Order: sequence, then structure tokens, then C-alpha cells
Amino acid sequence: MTGFYTLFYKEWLRFWKVSVQTVLAPVLTALLFLLVFSHSLRGHVEVFPGVGYASFLVPGLAMMSILQNAFANSSSSLMQSKMQGNMIFMLLAPLSHGEFFLAYLLAAMARGMVVGSGVFAGTLWFVDLPLAHPLWAFLFALFGSGIMGALGIIAGVQSEKVDQLAVFQNFIILPLTFLSGVFYSIQSLPPFWQWLSHLNPIFYMVDGFRYGFFGHADVPPLISLSIVALCFFALSWLTYWLIKTGYKLRY
Amino acid sequence: MIPAIQVDQVAKRYGSLQALAGVSLDIAQGEFFGLLGPNGAGKTTLINILAGLVIPSGGTARVMGFDVRERYREARRALGVVPQELVFDPFFTVRETLTIQSGYFGLAGNRGWIDEVMHHLDLTSKADTNMRALSGGMKRRVLVAQALVHKPPVIVLDEPTAGVDVELRQALWKFVRRLNLDGHTIVLTTHYLEEAEALCARIAMLKQGQIVALDTTQNLLRMHSGCYVVLRLDPNALPAALEPLVVERREDGACRLALKDYVEVESVMAQLRKAQVRVQEMEVMRPDLEEVFVQIMQKA
Repeated sequence: MTGFYTLFYKEWLRFWKVSVQTVLAPVLTALLFLLVFSHSLRGHVEVFPGVGYASFLVPGLAMMSILQNAFANSSSSLMQSKMQGNMIFMLLAPLSHGEFFLAYLLAAMARGMVVGSGVFAGTLWFVDLPLAHPLWAFLFALFGSGIMGALGIIAGVQSEKVDQLAVFQNFIILPLTFLSGVFYSIQSLPPFWQWLSHLNPIFYMVDGFRYGFFGHADVPPLISLSIVALCFFALSWLTYWLIKTGYKLRY
Repeated sequence: MIPAIQVDQVAKRYGSLQALAGVSLDIAQGEFFGLLGPNGAGKTTLINILAGLVIPSGGTARVMGFDVRERYREARRALGVVPQELVFDPFFTVRETLTIQSGYFGLAGNRGWIDEVMHHLDLTSKADTNMRALSGGMKRRVLVAQALVHKPPVIVLDEPTAGVDVELRQALWKFVRRLNLDGHTIVLTTHYLEEAEALCARIAMLKQGQIVALDTTQNLLRMHSGCYVVLRLDPNALPAALEPLVVERREDGACRLALKDYVEVESVMAQLRKAQVRVQEMEVMRPDLEEVFVQIMQKA
């Protein structure tokens, strides 16, 4: 356990030591999104009955921040360690494959959660937000950050260069999060785009997370949770298997 | 006693490149062993296989009896590797780096030993300095300290003195010798053959992924039966009969002659007497490991 705890602690320190860049900056970005969108769309959009657009937006933005930062943490840490060569210190150590996987995963989830909490903390004083089903919200945040943490590990292990990671981030993660209903309910989309949104696993994370706050969702929350949990376990298995085989880590 | 390292028919292929072609080697516990060879001979590949950084295409490797693949956790616990590249994590100080490395090996509260290692490597004053702020030599010391935090019975040093100043080199060898005397098995790769000759009791030479020589350092040196004679003469005129033996003419007028055997020294002296040339200065030198190395590499 000491090996796992040390690697987790190292990964925690890695982002916490530069928290202005890794925590404060994404919180500020989310707050700016909130400021601009809620101001420009105030009075124009009411997605759920009796819920203002700013309130609707906050859980979506928080989830987006959780997901993007969980991904960024594991992917950039692994990528940097590989590029700087200090990955060797983890590879020489008698860490089990499970310890290695869990330490990176949980550190990524932790950063996602810290940034998500920061977004809520930053919006508390000017947005009135109900919390209908806190456990549901927590479960979706947990699985969502887990999925992105695992995806981050895969991307970090897979990428040989910074631009390969950027492709992963800009052409897969970013579009999927932006088109997941963070800023809107998919009920407002034409049927084709609604159908397409249902293929995006991030949509279920955002929708289920929002259910935790408002008690309303586009898809029954149990279905969303099942899909999200399935994705999490499948990706976790794949990530663990890649680590076990030494894919692009041990040659 | 179980060998510290057992390598049996280990092969590694990268596409069309055969980096290691069936290497077999046993290194006993407590040995100071040298792994020599030109660049690309497969030394680092072999070390990386022992460390679990490279997966062999064939054969088996064991550290303290533990298969590096099947029992990788035990094998890695028994091994400390000082890598060739000067790598470090820029987020941490020296003490943090060593505490974290210690933790990876399952050791919490290892402060006493970390302090001792830092003391021996002259790192104590830099304990709270960020890794980024250290000089190359200091970073090299931290790499050595990292390899030792878990007190491994087997220590592998992959060209640890490449680009290192004399002071650190001497301090490092003193420390490594002490570790060897304490019972640690040391495996060293280096391009400085005088280092290998002075430190290693046994040596393996690799070329193109194969072992071309494996013997004690003394036996390897004996393989080269000849010797060299350096002469400064008065007058400075070497008899014509000795000219074919000259391998080097120095700027100070001295010349170095290569002899096939020590007994030839007498005939050289006879030739000089006959030509009435006086010997001002004479030095008989035995061949060093570098000569043996060159000879073996040329033959292989």
C-alpha cells in the first residue's frame, strides 16, 4: 500500500504545487463561461420549469471542469514523465500494475473533484442552486472523473509527443464535452442531433449529474448511471490491461 | 548460493535489429562486475531487461533468483539502477525525490537511511533544493541516491561517470567500493576502461548483442602476453633493427616499442648496447584493459 499511496501522493503534489495553473485557472474559466452565457441568455432560455439559466448552467460547467481536469491530470503527468524521462523511477519500482493504475486514476479524479468543488464554491454567492439528490450528483461526478482519468492514462501512455496528446484533447475530449449538453438540454435539438447526443457518453454524465441538483433529466438517471458505470469499468479494464502489458511504457 | 544475476539465452529484437542475441551470464553475489562494449553492443538493453524496462524477445533473466517478468516485484526490490540519462522530476526537492522513491519501494519512514545516503554523496546541503536548480554533477548524485534508497542487494550503474568531474568520480567510486565491501553486488558499465580495470573483478565484453569475452580482469589482462617499453635515448637515434617495433613517437623525443613478450626486453637492450646508444630513461609497461578490449573487439 505504501507504493500506491506514495505514487498517489506524488501525483497529488504534482498538481497541488502548481494549483494556480491546475485548479484556479480552470475554475476561473468556468466562471467566465457562466458570466458570459448566463448574462447573454438570461430571460431567453428556461430549460427546466422554474430553473434559471444560470442555475441550469452551473452543474454542467462544474461537470465539464471535473471531466476536463481529470483527463488533463493523468494525461499530462504521464506524457511529461515520459518526455522528461523520469517515468523510469516509477517503472523501476516494484509497484503492482493495480497500484500504478489506481494511483494515477485516483489522483486524476481528485483533481477533477477539487476543480469541480472550486466551480461550485465560486458560484455559491451569486447563483441559487438546489441539491435534490446529492448522492446521485456525487456518483456521476465519481464515475465521470474516473472515466476521464482512465482515458487520460490511455492518452498519456499512447502519446509519444505533445501534439499527439493535443489531438486527443482538442479533437476528442473537447468536442465531446461541449456537445454533451453542458450549455443546453438536448430536448432543444433537432431529432438527428438528439440521436447523436445519445451516442456521447459524456451526455449521460452531465445529464445524470444535473439530475442530482434539479431532480429533472433528459434520460432516466438509472439508465445514465448504468451507461456511465459500464463505460467506467470497461475503460478501467482496458487501461489496466495496457499497463499490465507495458504498452508503450516497457519496450 | 543463488547468483545475484542469472541471464539465460536472453534475446531482444527491435524490428530488424538484433540488440541481444542469446546472452547467458551469471553474476555471483558480492561481485564487482563490469559490462563493457562499444556503443550499440547491447549493454543498456541487457540492463534494461534486468530492470524490467525492456521486455526480452526470448530467454529468462533473474535477479536474486526472482524472474524479472514472473516475479517482477521481488526482482525490482532486489535491484537498484542508476540510469545513463540525467533524468529528474522538476516538481520536487532532493529530499522529496528520495522520500518518494523510497515510498515506491514500500518504505515509509526511511529518513535515517536517506540522510546517510545524502551524507555519503555530499548532498546534505542540497536536501531542500529543487532538482531543477542542481548542477549536472549533483543531479547525477541524486540518481545514485535514488538507486540506493531501498538498500538493494544488487546495484547496476549504467555509465555513471559519463560527463562527471574528477571529484565526484572519486567520491562515487569510494562509496560504491564501500557498498561492495558491505556485500552489495555491483554491475558497472563504463566507457572508461581504466575504471573497469581498477574496480571490476570480472568482466564481460559485448559486441553486437553477443558476449565475446567473459573472464576475470586478471585473466583478460594476461591474454595480452606482450608489453611496452618506453625509451628516451642519448643520442636520440633508435637502431634500424628496432624501428619495426615502434608504435608511438612522443613529442619529448621518447618512443614506445611494442614487444611480444617480456623476454624481448633483453634483446632490445642488446641492440642498444651494440649501437652504443645510452638509455636515459626507460619504462616497461604492461598492457592495460584498453589494449585487451581493442584486441578482443577486433578479433570478434
